[in-house]
Amino acid sequence: MAATEILLAGFGGQGILFAGKILAYCGLMDDKELSWLPSYGPEMRGGTCNCSVCISDEPIGSPLVLTPDILIAMNQPSFDKFVKAVRPGGKVFFDSTLIDAATDRTDIQLFGIPSQQLADDNALKGGSNIILLGKLLKETQICSLDTMKKAIEKVVPPKKAALIPNNYKAIEIGMNS
Amino acid sequence: MERNLMKGNEALAEAAIRAGCKCFFGYPITPQTELAAYMAKRMHKAGGVFLQAESEVAAINMVLGAASTGVRAMTSSSSPGISLKSEGVSYIAGSDLPAVIINVERGGPGLGGIQPSQADYWQATKALGHGDFQLLVYAPASVQEMVDCVVKAFDRADKYRMPAMILADGLLGQMMEPVSFPEINPDAYDKSGWATTGHKNQREHHIVNSLYLQPDQLEKSIVDRFKKYEIIKETETDAELYLTEDCDILLCAFGATARVVKSAVNSAREQGIKAGLFRPKTLWPFPVKEINEAAKTAKCLLSVEMSMGQMVDDIKLAINCSKPVHFYGRTGGVIPTPVEVLEEIKKLGGAK
Repeated sequence: MAATEILLAGFGGQGILFAGKILAYCGLMDDKELSWLPSYGPEMRGGTCNCSVCISDEPIGSPLVLTPDILIAMNQPSFDKFVKAVRPGGKVFFDSTLIDAATDRTDIQLFGIPSQQLADDNALKGGSNIILLGKLLKETQICSLDTMKKAIEKVVPPKKAALIPNNYKAIEIGMNS
Repeated sequence: MERNLMKGNEALAEAAIRAGCKCFFGYPITPQTELAAYMAKRMHKAGGVFLQAESEVAAINMVLGAASTGVRAMTSSSSPGISLKSEGVSYIAGSDLPAVIINVERGGPGLGGIQPSQADYWQATKALGHGDFQLLVYAPASVQEMVDCVVKAFDRADKYRMPAMILADGLLGQMMEPVSFPEINPDAYDKSGWATTGHKNQREHHIVNSLYLQPDQLEKSIVDRFKKYEIIKETETDAELYLTEDCDILLCAFGATARVVKSAVNSAREQGIKAGLFRPKTLWPFPVKEINEAAKTAKCLLSVEMSMGQMVDDIKLAINCSKPVHFYGRTGGVIPTPVEVLEEIKKLGGAK
């Protein structure tokens, strides 16, 4: 299998790096090769934030994702900037509450769900990122639901373990939307 | 072996603790900060000392002090901070002390930027401070290799009584990859002949010093050190050779850039271009034998770096200018892409 290259982008504070970490741990759980690379420039201090995740059966070359197979976009500037870079045949997951998905690309698949709204409606504050992951899981089968649940258990810090069921719920909502 | 997911910076710190590092002195700087933060959290539990000094200059001199007593000591920083430490590194070398210094490079000169760079190659391999001296310089290309390098750096520093540097960059420091920690049983080196541990009126006192006012004495100390360097050049070089047996064009890259280049080499091979990669894992000593082996069938060489081409001269010297050496690089914190590197390979005619 060639590497699956994933780019996650949004505002700082939306849980971009956290969602990326869950995907990275999915790779770890499935004994794959993987890399996770955050943007650590001035953008992480309030502006846009992005994160590259590569998952593969082969050792990862450059960990920097420039032409993603999968894009998760959580704000308009990120969508506008990165939708152009998605590899033909690639899949884009975005929050339709915040993003007007205007693009002339016809060679990629767009999956917009109102993840922010869904998070608010279900009392899952800050769960928009995980809802998008649920959608991604359903549409890409990047790993099993079981693997993703295990990854969540790894990434949620022990002190916040009480939030794990909320994350499961968010995945489920994403998968069903 | 259990695979953990760790940032390069954290893995460097964990490896140092496991390698028996007892003293870490640091000062925060991006993109190295997680290393010191990890040390702050873990070092005291491992029975060691973590201290955030008032400056980089203070930190490196604390390393000098700790190393004088024979304990394994380390500091880490990023490019501008390493420049500040250069005086102390020279004193450590002049005092024949073992120590490990980590540079998670960022763009320069001056305060530069905070994105990844390899523009401290000259500094690390030629002149990390004043005077006639070298340090061992290791260039890991993955988080796992960072672990292995730390273990080796502490060992060789002790073995040869000299400072060792790990030259990483912001990309390696910030990225997470699976990593496992082998069982580490550091070799014990007898330091009783020189370590300043208190003579208790039982022996002559030991002096750790880099000052020799008599030129002939200073000259002798340097010449002796250079005899040691000759042995190191013979025995300590290390490099990865990838698809070099039949290559027409040999790419040369180290650290994070080598990963980008490997992707480009693979793409070139898919297009029928016989490209190979020479990746030095030690930058000093430079792997002269290894590059000559790798370049045997090559018609030309292409060095790819995150700098303006600081490794090119070493490559030319190593192969005695027997073949043309080209250069492609990005600098200032820009990371070259596999596509750009592939274009360069094609520009060189695929050297068909």
